[in-house]
Amino acid sequence: MKSGKFWAWITFILGAAYFFIPLIATMEFSMRMKRGEYSFEAYRVVLGDPRFQESFTFSVVAAVFTIILGVLLVVPTAYWIRLRLPQLRPVVEFVTLLPLVIPAIVIVFGYIRMYGSNSPLPFLSSDIGTSALLVIGYATLALPYMYRAVDTGLRTIDVRTLTEAAQILGAGWTTIISRVILPNVLIAVLSGAFLTFAIVIGEFTIASLLNRPAFGPYLQNIGANRAYEPAALAIIAFVITWGCMSIIQVLSRFAPKSANRPN
Amino acid sequence: MADPFLSIQHVKKTFGPTTVVEDFNLDVERGEFVSFLGPSGCGKTTVLRMVAGFEEPTAGSIIVGGKDVTRLKPNQRNVGMVFQAYALFPNLTVAQNVAFGLKVAGVGKAESDKRVAEMLELIKLPQLGDRYPYQLSGGQQQRVALARALAPKPKLLLLDEPLSALDAKVRVSLRDEIRAIQKELGITTIFVTHDQEEALSISDRIAVMYGGKAEQVGTPFEIYNRPATKFVANFVGTLNVLEAVVSDAGSGRVRINAEEIGLKGKLNGSRTGDTLSLALRPEAITLGPRPGHDATLSGEIADVHFLGSVIRVRVGIGGSKISLDTFNNSSTPPPNVGDKAEISFSSGDVLVLH
Repeated sequence: MKSGKFWAWITFILGAAYFFIPLIATMEFSMRMKRGEYSFEAYRVVLGDPRFQESFTFSVVAAVFTIILGVLLVVPTAYWIRLRLPQLRPVVEFVTLLPLVIPAIVIVFGYIRMYGSNSPLPFLSSDIGTSALLVIGYATLALPYMYRAVDTGLRTIDVRTLTEAAQILGAGWTTIISRVILPNVLIAVLSGAFLTFAIVIGEFTIASLLNRPAFGPYLQNIGANRAYEPAALAIIAFVITWGCMSIIQVLSRFAPKSANRPN
Repeated sequence: MADPFLSIQHVKKTFGPTTVVEDFNLDVERGEFVSFLGPSGCGKTTVLRMVAGFEEPTAGSIIVGGKDVTRLKPNQRNVGMVFQAYALFPNLTVAQNVAFGLKVAGVGKAESDKRVAEMLELIKLPQLGDRYPYQLSGGQQQRVALARALAPKPKLLLLDEPLSALDAKVRVSLRDEIRAIQKELGITTIFVTHDQEEALSISDRIAVMYGGKAEQVGTPFEIYNRPATKFVANFVGTLNVLEAVVSDAGSGRVRINAEEIGLKGKLNGSRTGDTLSLALRPEAITLGPRPGHDATLSGEIADVHFLGSVIRVRVGIGGSKISLDTFNNSSTPPPNVGDKAEISFSSGDVLVLH
C-alpha cells in the first residue's frame, strides 16, 4: 500500500470513529432499559407514547406545509432572478442567507411582538394562526437550503432559451413554470424539500416559544425527564434524517439529463 | 412587392445608449425564404427576436399577414422558432416535445397524436417518438426542434442560427432538409446565419446586415455578383482587391501598376487621378488569355495550393496578390512558384468599390 493511501485510510477511520462512536454509544445506552439485557424497550415506550405520535404527526404536517410554502416562494423567485434580474442575484442570495446568521430566537421574538393579539395581523390570537406563523418561521429557517437547491437546479438548464421556446409555442407563465421549469428542477426542489423536512422535524426554538405541540419540544421534554427514552428518540430522529438524505441521493439519479450536447 | 406577408417597417432597437438596429426595412412575400446574413453584433438576431416578440422595437412596426404584431407577446403571434441551442424540453420525450404547442393550444389528443406522427414523418424520425432529447444526436435534436416549431402550423418560421452547433457534414444535409421542408410546406421563413455559404445555398433572398442596417437585400445571385457596398463585396465570397488610379476618366481607363485596362461605364463620375479599389472574384480570372477576356495583367506566381479538384494559385501583381482557381487537369502540371504569369479577365466582371 502506498503511504498516501495508508494515511488516507487512517484519516477516514479516525473521522468515522469520531462520528460513529457517540452514535453507537447512544444506541447501546438506549437498549439498556431492561436490566441485564439488551432490548428495544425504550423504543417501544417512545413509539407507544401518544404524545410522541401527536407531536410527530404535528411536525410532519407542519413540514409538508413548510415545503409547499417554500416551493411557492422560492421557485418563481429563483426563476425570475435567473431570467430577468440576474443583477439582483447577490442581493437575494444575501437575504436567503440571513436565517443562518440571525438566531431563530430573534425571529420568534420579532413574531411575538409583531403578530400579537393587538396587532393588525393577530396571528397569535388563534391556534391556527399560531401554527401558520410557525410554518412561516420554518420556511424562513429553510430558505438558505431551499433557495440554493433550486438555484443549483436552475443552473443545470438553459432557463432563458427553454422559456422562450415555450413562449413561442404559445405557453403563458403558469404553463412555463408548471410544465417546463418545475419538472426540470424537480429533483433539486425535492432535495430542498427533504432538507426542509429534516430541519422542521428537529426544530425546537420557534415551536417552543410559540407553544406548539411539535416534535422538537417533545424531544426536549423527554430528555429532561427520562433516562433511556431520549437516547432512543435521538436514534429515531437520526434515522429519519438519514432516510431523508438517502431519498435525495436516490432521487438525484432520476434528474432529467441535459439535452444540450455536441453532435 | 404588392402585398408582403411580413413587413418590417423602420424598425429601430436601442439598449441604453447603444443602437443595435437602425431603421431596418424589409418586405417578405408569402412562402419566401429570406436569410439575415452578417457578422456577430450586426443586429440580425435582434431583428429576428423582435419579429418573434422577445424584444420590443424602440421604433417602427412589424406586420404579419396584414396584422400589426409589434406590441403582441410571443405567445400571441403564432410564430414558430428554432434556436441555436435546440431548446428541447429535457423532461419530455420527442413526441411530447412536438406535441407541446398543440397541447397549449388545446388541440384534442387524437388530432395531436396524428399531427405529431405527421411531423416525425416529415423530419424522417418516426421511430424516435419515445426517446428523450439526451438520447439523440445534435442533428436529430435540431430536426425535432424543427418539427416542434412546425406542429402548431405557425404563420411564420424563424430559424436562429439552427445549424451553428452542428458538425460540417450534418450541417450541409440538415440545411438541404430544412429547405426541402420549407418548400413542401410553403411556409414564410426567416433564417439567421453568419455563414455566407449557408445563406447563398438555401435562400430566395438575402439581407446582408452590418452595423444594425441592411446593407443590401437581394437574391443570392445579385448579392454575390453585384454587391452594392464594399462591405457586402468583402463579406460575401472571396474577393481580390486591387488598387488602381484613373488614368483617363473620359475613356474609362485605369492604371494598375504600369498596365492599363478599360472600365468604360464603371467609373461613376470618378476623375482622372482618383484612386479606386477594384474587386474581382477568383472564378472570374484565368491564367493566360481566354476568349471574351478583354483585360490582362502581368505578374509572378506567388504560391500554389493543390486542393484536389481545384488548384488555387496566387499571382503577385505589384504589391497585391490575386487569387484564382483553376480546375485540376491531370495532363497539365500546376504552375511553379516564381514563374512569370499573365492573368486575364473580363472588364465586365470588375466591381468598382465605392
